[in-house]
Formats: sequence, C-alpha cells, structure tokens
Amino acid sequence: MDVNFQFDWSAAFGSIPYLLPGIPWTLLISFGGLAIGFFIGIFFGLLRISRLRWLRWPAIIYVEVFRGTPILVQVLFIFYGLPQLLGGPINALVAGIAAIAVNSGAYISEIVRGGVQSIERGQGEASLSLGLSRTQAFRYVIWPQAFRRMIPPLGNQGIISIKDTSLFSVIGVGELVRQGQIYIATTFTALEVYFMVALMYLAITWTLSIILRQLERRGLAGQ
Amino acid sequence: MSETLKNTTQPIVRMQQLNKHFGSLHVLNDIDLTIVPGEVVVIIGASGSGKSTLIRCINGLEEFQSGSLVVDNNELLPHGKSTQALQTIRTEVGMVFQQFNLFPHLSVIDNVTLAPMKVRGLSRDDAVSNAKRLLDRVGIADQADKYPSQLSGGQQQRVALARALAMEPRLMLFDEPTSALDPEMIGEVLDAMRELAKEGMTMVIVTHEMGFAREVADRVIFIHKGEITEQGHPEKLFDSPQHERTQSFLARVLKH
Repeated sequence: MDVNFQFDWSAAFGSIPYLLPGIPWTLLISFGGLAIGFFIGIFFGLLRISRLRWLRWPAIIYVEVFRGTPILVQVLFIFYGLPQLLGGPINALVAGIAAIAVNSGAYISEIVRGGVQSIERGQGEASLSLGLSRTQAFRYVIWPQAFRRMIPPLGNQGIISIKDTSLFSVIGVGELVRQGQIYIATTFTALEVYFMVALMYLAITWTLSIILRQLERRGLAGQ
Repeated sequence: MSETLKNTTQPIVRMQQLNKHFGSLHVLNDIDLTIVPGEVVVIIGASGSGKSTLIRCINGLEEFQSGSLVVDNNELLPHGKSTQALQTIRTEVGMVFQQFNLFPHLSVIDNVTLAPMKVRGLSRDDAVSNAKRLLDRVGIADQADKYPSQLSGGQQQRVALARALAMEPRLMLFDEPTSALDPEMIGEVLDAMRELAKEGMTMVIVTHEMGFAREVADRVIFIHKGEITEQGHPEKLFDSPQHERTQSFLARVLKH
C-alpha cells in the first residue's frame, strides 16, 4: 500500500460535472429496458404456467437462453453481431435497452410464474365455484394477489438491471461508467472518480429501495 | 318435506356409476347418488375415504373418468369435457370450503359482491344491498368493511357462506366447513347452516360433526374406500348401523 497516497477530494468533487450527464443515460437504459422487460416477463411468465404444453415450451427456452448467458455477451451480440444480420448498425442506446429488456424479461418471467404459483389453490377453486370464468378468476382474484407478492423480487431485479447497465460502457454508450472512464483518461484519478461513480449508483439504487419499501407497505396494507 | 313429494320432484343431482381414479388409486367406485331439492344430505367417513372428492365432483372441481352426472339438468361429462355446462352448474351451486378461501385482498363486502357483479351482472348498488342483507343474516353486518385477516375463523367462514349465498344457489356444498375452526367457533357456523337448512336450502355436507348431522340431515351417507357403504335416515344410521364398517367407524368417532 502506498502510505503517501492521499485521497484527493477536489478531484472527486471535480469529476461530478463530468459524471452527471451519464446519469440520464443510465436511467434511460435501465428503466426503458425494465419497462419492456416487464411486459416480456408477464408474457413469458404466463405462457410458462399455461395448461398447454406447446405454449410452455417457448417460455422455458426463452428463460433458459437469456438467464443462462451473460448479459455482457448478450449486449455484444446485439451491438456487434446483429448488424451483420440486419445489414446496418444498431444505435448503442437501443442495443443497451434491448439487452436489459431481454435479460430482465427472463428473470421477470420467473418472478411472474413464482408469484402466480404461490397463490393458494383454494383461491382459484373458490372463484370457479362462484361461477367466475378462468379469465375472471385470474384477473380479479389471482393476479392482484400475485402482483403484491411480486413487488419485492421485482424491486430486486430493478436494482440488478440498473447495475448491469454499467457493463454497457463496452459498447460506448455514455452512461455513468463510460463518462468516468473518459474523465479518468485525462486526469488519471481512478480512485476518486470510480468512488464517485459508485456513490452515484448507490444514490440511484437507494432511492429505488425507498420507493419500493413505500410501495410494499401500501400494497400489503389490505392483507 | 314428505317422502311422496320428494319422489315426484326432479332430482337436482343425479350421479350414476361415477368412477374416479388418482393414478392407480380408485377414489370413487361406482357411486350412485340422487339428491332432490330441499334435501339435506350429510356425508361421513374416514379421511381419505373419498367424501370430499365426491362433493367436489358435483361442481366440477374434480374430474371423473366414467359414469354420468347431471346437476340441475346440466350434464357433466367425464374428463371435464363440458365447459358450458360446468359454467352453468357453478353459478347454480355454491360451495363452502374447509379453509374458507376468502379473497384476502378484498374487503368482506367486496368478497360477497364480486361474483354477483361479474357473473350475474348486478349493479354495484344492488350487489351491495344484497350482500349487506346476507351478512346481516349470518350475523356479521358490522364487519362489512374489514378485511378477512381481521376476522376470526368463525366470522370468516360465515362470510364465505354469505359469499356463496349471494349467487342465489339452488344447491350448497359444504366441504368440512368447521374442521379448520377453533372449537368455540364451530357453533356459530353450524347455527348459520342450521338456519339455512330450515329455510329449505338443498345441502350436501361433508362433516365430522355427528351431533349436527343427526339433527339436520334428512339422510346420512357413509363412505368407505370410495364406495357408499350405507345410507339412511340419521336415527337409523347412527342408532342401528347395518354394516360392520359403519359400526366400527361410528364407534370410533362417537366415543369422544
């Protein structure tokens, strides 16, 4: 350890104006990707619990493929690989959002499946015995309860996806880590800058945690 | 209800040679059962004898493999192949479960109004006034805005009863309605059921409450290993059971 090293606070604070522009990109990729991933997740999650085997299989394959491969490989595949197939370049932002979407979608479909399957069998039986159709039973009885149970794992996935966007510095999208790297290239203050980058991720994820806790508290009030 | 009237009435449930298997287990074996409107039938038997499975077949919560089953003029086919009839039957047949199965995310009043609004198409106002009348009838009108988790087991089961009655069923099924209750709450649920029986509701009840069975049943059916071993008027079946298995079952449950 270099005992003479001093943490340079002015370098740390000095990097803030250069890092801040990365935050909107990080948020845009995370929440854009998560919003799409949420619908992908509901779609495949519901397919996964279908009574029809030929509907379950595509969902199983989807989850295994996108959960079983690294997100870094996924984004490289989309950004560098797909253009060869499509015959034109893909915007780095679009590639980042797509990677988060397909990746979080796989995890969210498992969250959806778990949430729905965690609802006691008797809930569906009571609904059917009252004359509700399967669709009505799902819509009015199963889903509202399942969704409440899904909030904590969904929040977890949100935080994971936000951090995953840091990998997208490799495709040159100007998110937080990329902004930091560019700044460090001219100042050589890696310790201070990465420290600030970490703090900014923490600020984002912590805010999300607080919002989720509020949501959970309100959501569970009726139970 | 007099015997002659019963015999001339169209049965509400007619089960003939009904068979059900769970894999290699023969759960229901050639069951023949006819129930007429107004009748209160209590089904008794050891756990695993198939009594719950039997009443769950009546509203299609369980499929059967062979035999015929007509409920309120709607025929249920083997292997659950009768979606339309099933839907009709379920709107006409109410059910109360051992575990209440109230909807925990809905208030008591919303539990009771959900099906009348979504299935019968009642307006919210009509459904609510109807629900309040039913909650009053089972003695919990003051709990309408609470959530199920805020109620005692006995209160929850009475809400479940009101919820089923809100569909104005022609037949009520009870699957061990007091088995999950603390002893001090059993009475309040049985009282509500007794009232219902007095009002002429057709009821099929699976229960271990032999005193209640003796008091309200028109007919008691003893099931052993998926077969109807013996059935008859409660006094006859309880006081002079003919079959040896009935005798040993009753000896065991009536002792305590």
